[in-house]
Amino acid sequence: MADTRDIELTVNGESHAANVETRTSLGDFLRHGLGLTGTHMGCEHGVCGACTVMVDGEAVRSCLMLAVQANGQEVTTVEGLAEDDGTLNALQAAFWKHHGLQCGFCTPGMLTSLTAFLRDNPDPSERDVREAISGNICRCTGYQGIVDAALDAAKTMQKGS
Amino acid sequence: MAVRYLGAEVQRMEDPRLLTGHGRYVDDITMEGMLHAAFLRAPMAHAKIRSIDASRATALPGVHRVIAHADLGAKYSHRMNQLYPAPVIEQDKTQYPLAKDEVCYVGEAVAVVVADSRAIAEDALALIDVDYEALPAVVNIRTALDDDAPLAHADTTSNLMGKMRSSFGDIEDSFAKADHVFSAAFMQHRGGCHSMETRGVIARDDPWGDGLTLWTSAQSPYLIRRALATWLDESEERVRVIAPDVGGGFGPKAGFYPEEVAISLAARLMKCPVKWIEDRREHFVSTTTQRDQHWDLEVACTAEGKILGLRGKVTHENGAYVPYGILLPNSSLTPLPGAYSIPAIDVSVDIVFTNTVPNSPVRGAGRPCGIYAVERMVQVVSRELGIDPAEVRRRNYVRSDQMPYETGAKLRGGAPCIYDSGDYEALLEKALELSDYSSFKERQAAARAEGRYLGIGVSSCIEDTGMGPYEGTTVRVESSGKVAVRTGAASQGQGHHTMIAMIVAGNLGVKPEDILFESADTAKFSHGIGTIGSRVAANVGPSAHDAAFQVREKALKLAAEVLEASEADLDIEDGVVRVNGAPDLSISLGELAVQLTPMSAMRVPTGFDPVLEATSFDGSSGSPIACGSNVAEVEVDPGTGEVKVLRYSVAHDCGVMINPMVVRGQIVGGVVHGIGNALFERMIYDDQGQPLTMNYGEYLLPLASEMPRVDITHMETPSPLNSLGVKGAGEGGTIPAAAAIVAAIENALTDFGVVIDYYPVDPQMLTELIDAGAAQAAE
Amino acid sequence: MKPAPFTYHDPTTADEAVALLATHEDAKILAGGQSLMPMLNMRFVVPDHVVDLNRIDGIAGVRDTGDSIEIGAMTRQRDLMRDGVIAAKAPIIPAALHWVGHFQTRNRGTIGGSLCHLDPAAELPCLMALYDAELTVQGPDGARKVSFAEWPLAYMLPSIGPDELLTSVSVPHWGGNTGHGFVEFSRRHGDFAIVAAGALLTVEGGKITRAAISIGGADVRPIRLTDAETALVGAAPDAAENKGAFKAAAEIARGIEAMSDAYVSSAYRQRLAATLVERALSAAAKNLNGSA
Repeated sequence: MADTRDIELTVNGESHAANVETRTSLGDFLRHGLGLTGTHMGCEHGVCGACTVMVDGEAVRSCLMLAVQANGQEVTTVEGLAEDDGTLNALQAAFWKHHGLQCGFCTPGMLTSLTAFLRDNPDPSERDVREAISGNICRCTGYQGIVDAALDAAKTMQKGS
Repeated sequence: MAVRYLGAEVQRMEDPRLLTGHGRYVDDITMEGMLHAAFLRAPMAHAKIRSIDASRATALPGVHRVIAHADLGAKYSHRMNQLYPAPVIEQDKTQYPLAKDEVCYVGEAVAVVVADSRAIAEDALALIDVDYEALPAVVNIRTALDDDAPLAHADTTSNLMGKMRSSFGDIEDSFAKADHVFSAAFMQHRGGCHSMETRGVIARDDPWGDGLTLWTSAQSPYLIRRALATWLDESEERVRVIAPDVGGGFGPKAGFYPEEVAISLAARLMKCPVKWIEDRREHFVSTTTQRDQHWDLEVACTAEGKILGLRGKVTHENGAYVPYGILLPNSSLTPLPGAYSIPAIDVSVDIVFTNTVPNSPVRGAGRPCGIYAVERMVQVVSRELGIDPAEVRRRNYVRSDQMPYETGAKLRGGAPCIYDSGDYEALLEKALELSDYSSFKERQAAARAEGRYLGIGVSSCIEDTGMGPYEGTTVRVESSGKVAVRTGAASQGQGHHTMIAMIVAGNLGVKPEDILFESADTAKFSHGIGTIGSRVAANVGPSAHDAAFQVREKALKLAAEVLEASEADLDIEDGVVRVNGAPDLSISLGELAVQLTPMSAMRVPTGFDPVLEATSFDGSSGSPIACGSNVAEVEVDPGTGEVKVLRYSVAHDCGVMINPMVVRGQIVGGVVHGIGNALFERMIYDDQGQPLTMNYGEYLLPLASEMPRVDITHMETPSPLNSLGVKGAGEGGTIPAAAAIVAAIENALTDFGVVIDYYPVDPQMLTELIDAGAAQAAE
Repeated sequence: MKPAPFTYHDPTTADEAVALLATHEDAKILAGGQSLMPMLNMRFVVPDHVVDLNRIDGIAGVRDTGDSIEIGAMTRQRDLMRDGVIAAKAPIIPAALHWVGHFQTRNRGTIGGSLCHLDPAAELPCLMALYDAELTVQGPDGARKVSFAEWPLAYMLPSIGPDELLTSVSVPHWGGNTGHGFVEFSRRHGDFAIVAAGALLTVEGGKITRAAISIGGADVRPIRLTDAETALVGAAPDAAENKGAFKAAAEIARGIEAMSDAYVSSAYRQRLAATLVERALSAAAKNLNGSA
């Protein structure tokens, strides 16, 4: 019989209890168990970065973590980034302004990765940003709009703080 | 009339949804009672299937059914359709949706498991027993036509799929009168699709209701509807194909796949919706791709570097089957002679089967290869005659006063290839200026003094965009005043919604955010062709422009009656028709729409057709030819062979830009794809046809950390071929990139006499060339 | 790409983990998961049991013991990069970790996971070879110590039993006027190295008194360039003044055994080893710290 566990975790500030098969990845659980389909599975071997979410504040690949491992932890997905009233946050707004997305598939992983990165590196250089997102593959944009968005968001966030 | 938003950097309508995780891609869709599928795929490149025994798999709890070819019955026992039949296809091999008795590439679908979950379906794959008899496989295109080469298909006598030729002008004469004839041979390798969203399909079959509905991550939903209905021998009206949000396409999602048939049949057999999401490993072996081309060319030129003729032979890898006609070899030949006025060309192509994934276009299709070939030969002329590469180009460009210029080549469908407009030399000068080309030699010398090797490379291209025959748009004002806009053209991230909303809103006098945009659902628009070949702006654009204009005219005419004013005195702003000079006299578009969409027993104003709507299929009266010149500046580290792209400058002309921000995004993305082709992306097979680069640690996609900032400057030469003056912009970044990068590397390594005959250029190859050059210099 | 079914265990003590490993055949240890999870997803490994170490207390963290740095096996790569003791006493570790994957994978990946996975191209094994680190392995009969030189038995095969657990790594403190250099060549940032080279140099009285050089990625296990290390002693640290000592070391590096695969030839790996050893030594000579 399938090996399952009861888990409890907080996602975007909301607590959830679920019974999960232990082989289920955190990404698949968020998408299909909780219906939070903003997190995208792009390669399922930890390279493309589309599935990146924050667990206890740190950006991680949700395809390389089992849902059961998130038991008791706090998860933030792309759905949890905007302001409570739905307004885009500074990073999202910068992506919009700088054409930082085309098809939108890598975008959730870019946003979650950069959210953690900019928190720890509030004044990055272009080189820093390019290295930070080197674990997130985008096939559409050539990265330039994303880099510009991140640099602009960093400025905005510094002004705001 | 001027289109109000044309040329404005309008932020995309698509984005807020995608930025907050509310996109709706195929895998985000769930349905009551939906089952999940996984495919069993051929583990060897060529084999006979002796038997398939699925009994152990079927017995696994949670597995509903295992379907192989034999389970489909006589009605569904035929091969896939040829989407683009052509007389030059000598062996028209398409595959079965599920292999019948032979597999011809690793990854060919053999059976499909339908189960409660994807994980269980994958569990069952290991329990299907297939008895294969291995057959010899052919992988190398250079030897595929040898007498003793293994055959890609057991029932054939040759690996030659077909032959093509592009021939015009007096080639013998050109070579006879040339001062010089130079030759070069080189291999070009282009990689796969690698959209970040893989393919995926949900099929639902409701014979007493809606019929068969397919949600699929695709670029050409109408092509799939036609092909699927034809394959099933059913009415197109009973097949609905929807492309929801699609996470990148780049060409390989433009076709019609075995999985789309197999999942449709699975849904039909199981009487419930069935979902299949391609995983990344499947993507490597089942999504069509581009691979190798070998070119062997001669160029005839004068002592001054004026090119008189180009001739030679190409071997083009087709892969195992022909899902997509001859689009790739054809689009490799069409761009010859590139941006240059070359009076005679004679190049023939052998298209050969190999036991690898079938080939289809990837961003640019064959154009990057054709342009690379021309640019290489220009480079050869420059090197051999010692003339600056930019100067050789100046001496050979088609001049603006020659426009329209008929090259002699033929487009797909046989129409002559005519360069409609542009100033290629002026564009080059802009690129040179942007790249500080004139001061490069100083930069190079300064770096050399520090032991660093810098190089610069120039490349020019033309791109035939906007191929016909049409796309269409319907514009309809609804009672709320919102404007429903529908088109058949599917988007994979290009920003169609924004672009079309800008055009319609500007024409109609409404805000772009009042546009309700729907596309890529065959039930919602009569016909569409597909998002390929940079054709949407030049086809949907004019149709949206025209449809919106028609609606505007109709609204003004009706408003003139209602407001008892002259049409000439009316204007529409923010969805309200006002009489100039009489601000109190007004009527909203919504109110006008209600008059044309009345309830029972009410009357439609005399002289007006019902509904405030119009549909147009206005497009381009030929292929608008976009053009570009790129300059790459690189540094090569002789210690490791590493190539760093330091600067990349693009001068680009895609006619009138609808939204320059979107154009910029297309160009930068395209350039990076081209740099990926030039330096990174290589799909390696062993000599048995086993793919070796099967993950993103081994197959190297370009990352932000290695990509340069791309500087762009534009010219806007309006195309005379459509009402907006637009040309396509989707592939012009990719097409010239490899040629610029390779030329720059050679330039950096002039001391070592390095000549590159293969891309992607990898560092090991470069160190070998450097060492060989150093050894030769030492002798 | 979903893992095959397994039974999941999440012990809270090392003893419990060892007991689970002793009880269950075909068990895989899940540390940071950055290598195991892809292999599970691809079904390259299909274990019956997965023993997750992430809830075990006491096998993560960095401790300064005076003459060495004791690193718990479950210490995440991120935490190694942020640790003050390591930054002060073994700055080559954070320098090299900059090359390991991406910050998202370093947030999960652990030192113990990397040393047990033992990818030939991984940076941490290369560093542990450089330091002659000592590993502590716990089994049913208690703990044992293994020198890193004895750790790799073959390609991706560490000297650890199926019922044993790597609990910590001890990195000796070099002290004195020591400099470090770590350089690697990979095609893209964050990729596994094609070849990597690490170097430590201690300089006293203007002469090199102690040297260590290790090369990763070239062969199935990290290579210590002992001949070159010996030859360097007594040479001047500055490349311009050491009469080709670094070049001589590079030539020794060029002569190492190297593997070839579908992408890279052994000759290219040897050539890279030569380039990178010279660069690592030059870097080490340039950042002598005078105190550490």
